[in-house]
Amino acid sequence: MEAELATFPRLLLEHAHVRGERPATREKDLGIWQTWTWAQVADEVRALACGLAALGFKRGMRLAIIGDNRPRLYWSMTAAQALGGIAVPMYQDAPAAEFVYVLNDAEIVYAIVEDQEQVDKILEAAPQVPSLKHIYYDDPRGLRNYEGVTSIDRLQEIGREFDLAHPDFYNDEVARGRSGDVSIVLYTSGTTGKPKGVCQTHAAFIVSAQGGCGFDKLDSRDSILSYLPMAWVGDHLFSYAQWLVAGFTINCPESGDTVMTDLREIGPTYYFAPPRVFENLLTQVMIRMEDASPIKRGLFRYFTAVARRCGAAILDRKPVSVSDRLLYALGNVLVYAPLRNVLGMSRIRVAYTAGAAIGPDLFRFYRSIGINLKQLYGSTETCAYVCLQPDGGVKFDTVGEAAPGVEIKIAEGGEVLVRGPMLLKEYYKRPDATAESIDSEGFFHTGDAGLIDDSGQLKIIDRAKDVGKMNGGAMFAPNYIENKLKFFPHIKEAVAFGNGRDSVCAFINIDMGSVGNWAERRGIAYSGYTDLGAKPEVYRLIGECVEEVNAELAREGPLSASQIHRFIILHKELDPDDDELTRTRKVRRNFIAEKYGVLIDALYSDRDVQHIETLVKFEDGRSGMVAADLKIEEAKTLPAADAREAA
Amino acid sequence: MTPGRSSGAVLLAVDNISLSFGGVKALTGISFDVREQEIRAIIGPNGAGKSSMLNVINGVYHPQQGTITFRGEVRRDMNTHRAAAQGIARTFQNIALFKGMSVLDNILTGRNLKMHATFIEQAIYLGRARREELENRRKVEEVIDFLEIQHIRKTPVGKLPYGLQKRVELARALAAEPILLLLDEPMAGMNIEEKQDMCRFVLDVNEQYGTTIVLIEHDMGVVMDISDRVIVLDYGKKIGDGTPDEVRGSQAVIDAYLGVAN
Repeated sequence: MEAELATFPRLLLEHAHVRGERPATREKDLGIWQTWTWAQVADEVRALACGLAALGFKRGMRLAIIGDNRPRLYWSMTAAQALGGIAVPMYQDAPAAEFVYVLNDAEIVYAIVEDQEQVDKILEAAPQVPSLKHIYYDDPRGLRNYEGVTSIDRLQEIGREFDLAHPDFYNDEVARGRSGDVSIVLYTSGTTGKPKGVCQTHAAFIVSAQGGCGFDKLDSRDSILSYLPMAWVGDHLFSYAQWLVAGFTINCPESGDTVMTDLREIGPTYYFAPPRVFENLLTQVMIRMEDASPIKRGLFRYFTAVARRCGAAILDRKPVSVSDRLLYALGNVLVYAPLRNVLGMSRIRVAYTAGAAIGPDLFRFYRSIGINLKQLYGSTETCAYVCLQPDGGVKFDTVGEAAPGVEIKIAEGGEVLVRGPMLLKEYYKRPDATAESIDSEGFFHTGDAGLIDDSGQLKIIDRAKDVGKMNGGAMFAPNYIENKLKFFPHIKEAVAFGNGRDSVCAFINIDMGSVGNWAERRGIAYSGYTDLGAKPEVYRLIGECVEEVNAELAREGPLSASQIHRFIILHKELDPDDDELTRTRKVRRNFIAEKYGVLIDALYSDRDVQHIETLVKFEDGRSGMVAADLKIEEAKTLPAADAREAA
Repeated sequence: MTPGRSSGAVLLAVDNISLSFGGVKALTGISFDVREQEIRAIIGPNGAGKSSMLNVINGVYHPQQGTITFRGEVRRDMNTHRAAAQGIARTFQNIALFKGMSVLDNILTGRNLKMHATFIEQAIYLGRARREELENRRKVEEVIDFLEIQHIRKTPVGKLPYGLQKRVELARALAAEPILLLLDEPMAGMNIEEKQDMCRFVLDVNEQYGTTIVLIEHDMGVVMDISDRVIVLDYGKKIGDGTPDEVRGSQAVIDAYLGVAN
């Protein structure tokens, strides 16, 4: 006999029963936060499911869901699952051409999309997707004269009629669902090759959500902001699985641009963001502090120094001197509390970051002002659930200890292997890939190289396949170097080369916000990214960052050979639309190496200028050429002797 | 999708309009009509009299000769207040917003003519004033949602980049729920992406609210894409009038734009 609450639709019915009047979903619409209670959500989902069923949606079918975080799109997932179907959320910012692959791979017949923009894209993709028959949209604006698409309102109307005629249908369908059924297919971002559909069951996500909620004591009183792409495993765990397991409230922002304001209005108790979001927030604070009056600036400097000294220790309940405690309390009133309020983090109990390495200074800053920021480790294949950092055991260079129910093992080559109930069932229609990544003992090969430190926490070094060797025989871990570079607010993206070479060279993308502001303050005029990146002053600025990284590397023994000898500031920002980054903003190393081969050759020659023309895709789908003469700059490296001494 | 409603009834007709400033003839004997729910473009080289034409339609300038018929009512000239009350709203070539006020407040000014509560009622915020305030705010929020400017709702207009200010100006005009919307170079100074957004909004306004639109624009690509019919002015005279294709093929228009050897 299967447990009562083994699937998401059953969990929803349970919440509607137990806490029917409590808020389940909020969305800011027309400037006002609208609330749906659990009972209302259950009713909406029921209408959606019945509508889909009335129009022919069958058990096992897959429902594509494309759009920003909208309540009805989240509900559509449950509706599909209630019918024994599978939700396939897709990245909403991908162009139509990228839709085609996933729509075909998942053999999509039914799709629910957000608005006109997404309808236009899916209609553009449709001729190449023969299976696609039904398209529903959430926001009707601009769609009045479209043919062949139906509004969700209409779908729900049909559903309610169907429900009246078949009153037992919905509950029967929900009861037929099994915990071992696949509930969702999440497509991996694919740093190599075509995206793969990761099939996860109800059981996997429910176990992961329960583990996480138990670990951090999350319950129905918590509240989160749902603003990360719905196609990303992190959002699915936090805004969907944990939502339905813990029964807390999810809040959908008004639009992608209003997230900061909405965050402040909602004041979530539980927050999740990739490092770049925390970094942007801090950059904004710093920019505003530079514009503040001298008194405020002085207070801010003084008390952030106090916080750096003792803030993290106070958060971890470690012994701190009385005078520091008093100073910190004063700083809390004058600086930290108002700052947390501005950031929308006044009520946060637990905040997580994952998806990329976070800079130590950045990480410490948030913790020092009293925000319980922690790291976790996981991937799409593991429901984003492998390691979590426990309260009081937080470090910046590890990703935490094994989460409840998870086994971790380090393979001979250093690859991290994991086993547990959160593992994927399979890659969709790819038994070869499934067999390749899950071994006979049931361990999933993460592809990350890592080690377990003295305290039992996992430390990730790099992607296993990216780790290479330099001609001198020294280990080359590109991510490790790139992350060090990216910890500087002026550097947005970096790509390091060195595998099979004598020395390490790098491409740099400057951070337009940060460097732009820096330039304005110095009265340096520029017209755009390309122009700013080519300024000698900017080259000097970035050069200093590179040299600091070199100094750090020189002290790290075996990695001292990885010091960066020459670098180029790229003439364009690396962009997912040009296939240079994945949708989750990971560097596609091989693609970049091929595309910019001429620049790499130049880096390893003795030329100091190189001409390049690059095809770029604009956001509207058109493309054009960008040409530039790029300067190659030498960076000072520290002699090996120094490195040996330090090591 | 192309808008295809050029067969509606005539909403606005200008007949034989002439306007001069002292000895300078800005407009000479201009006649044309605008049908309900169409997008009508006015094009022409610099100084052709395009903005003057809009200024005549909404009553900023008073023509020396000719008549204007708006919704069946014939007049010699308009005045700005009456034009607004009758449902004509406009935006300006050189953005005319209150720079120190927030986006929200700027758009609320577009609702001015819809507010009927007395000063006293508004001061104590009871009954009618309260109802009106809620209604006006809701309408303004709809416009904000429509033009996707939620993120700058509370930002002072002066701090915004040019493209967004243009959008706020359009929002203010829309808040008045106009029947006829006059847009003076809505896309001037914008990059391709901003222009595309603006085109989308203009088409959406036309489709969603059924608003008739007269617009002046220099970007020929935009004009040809979104308008139903085009009027071409040159030195205050009408030298072309018809569908984008007809106008594009007209020799007089080509000469005016490309210049001709005299």
